[in-house]
Amino acid sequence: MNSARIALLVAAKDLRIEWRHRTAFTTAVIFAVLVLTAFVFARAGSVTLRDLAPPVLWVTLPLATVVTLNRGFLLERENGALDALLLAPVSTSAVMAGKWLANLVLVLVVELVALPLWMLFFNIEPTMRLLGVAAVAVLAAIGFTLPGTVFAAIAVRTRFAELLLPVLLLPFTIPPLFFAASATVRLLDQAPLGDLWFWLRLLALYDLSFLVIAVLLFPVVMDQ
Amino acid sequence: MTFDIDAAERVMRRGRVVMLAGLLAVAGIYVLALRYTPPERMQGLAFKILYVHAPSAWTMELAFVLVGVVGALYFWLQDPRLDIFAEASATVGMAFGTVLLTTGPIWGKAIWGAWWAWDPRLTFTLLLYLLFAGYFALRSALRDPVDRARFGAVIGIMGTLLVPFIHLTVYLFNSQHPRPVLMMPAKSPLPWILLRPLLWSFAAFTLLYIGFVMTRYGIGLKRAALEARDAE
Repeated sequence: MNSARIALLVAAKDLRIEWRHRTAFTTAVIFAVLVLTAFVFARAGSVTLRDLAPPVLWVTLPLATVVTLNRGFLLERENGALDALLLAPVSTSAVMAGKWLANLVLVLVVELVALPLWMLFFNIEPTMRLLGVAAVAVLAAIGFTLPGTVFAAIAVRTRFAELLLPVLLLPFTIPPLFFAASATVRLLDQAPLGDLWFWLRLLALYDLSFLVIAVLLFPVVMDQ
Repeated sequence: MTFDIDAAERVMRRGRVVMLAGLLAVAGIYVLALRYTPPERMQGLAFKILYVHAPSAWTMELAFVLVGVVGALYFWLQDPRLDIFAEASATVGMAFGTVLLTTGPIWGKAIWGAWWAWDPRLTFTLLLYLLFAGYFALRSALRDPVDRARFGAVIGIMGTLLVPFIHLTVYLFNSQHPRPVLMMPAKSPLPWILLRPLLWSFAAFTLLYIGFVMTRYGIGLKRAALEARDAE
């Protein structure tokens, strides 16, 4: 069986389990709504919702990502499923790639629900430019989940997976969330597109760099 | 891999000697900077903190870069001593990072009028510091030394890749922020009388770094030797 097919099988298995329970999805969405709401109430009197919108979005999405990421490996820890998965005569890189793919899809689905809610709560007019925000969200999700999957695989080996993952991952979300927030501000401000490309290219560069390093490190992380 | 307790203690003893020499050299820098160096024209006495701040920045960055380099080497050579060195270097890096993050705001208050102005270099340090805080949190949560070495090396390598992005982020974030002129030698060359103690301070702090790391490395070797003996 080739690696791509194994990765797809692992991803499909993870997503099927998630579909049956929908625990990670539901938790992450509720969490995102709570963070969005908390910001509205924590805002000082003179700050407009419009000014607050981009930063709030780019605090909420990385945090919601952290909430979803632990699930993929914690699930495998039950009943020693991780050992069984590693004993399978397939490449560990492919298994990790499948894990990442499942995480990415899950985070994208959470974003798909969170973005319209963000528009609703912060009075963002639905325009074509919001498709740009969606593209930024996809690129950012790749940037969050690549290091996130590596760290989740490591954190699950400890007794403090839920505590460790945010501490390890959040420093890695700072550059992509800054690029994404800058792109979002430009999109909402109707800034010229050239300006926007700059930030999208930076996001893509970040994704590509971490894709390469993650592929190199996947076998190391999964090795028992 | 077996560890020898006597060899570890030898490293610790040598480390202490170098550390002592480093501490004396730093004391010498204090005397040189406070007693024999005139105040800077624009910044006055506040400038003198630079003789502690700038070399701390250098040693912290050196320490963290070595953690990444040694992490990559670990995957190649699989030598547990590399991990003991990485931990020693990271610990010492955190110590110098603490000095950096303390002296930076003190200088900032005197010169910019604000303790924390989101200056790119200080922000960069803070993010690097947080990254290594995660490194230590992970290490403390892992029991198996092989896991600790392997995953520590993964964080070291990922962190090294993150550094240029953090660099880019803090500079883009601050592109409208007024820049301090000090550490831009091209713009404002320091007169020799102010520069000389600075160069000496870099040497003194490097010596102190080597002494600290040797001592920590010796302690790490001894701990590994004792753990191996207990396991037998």
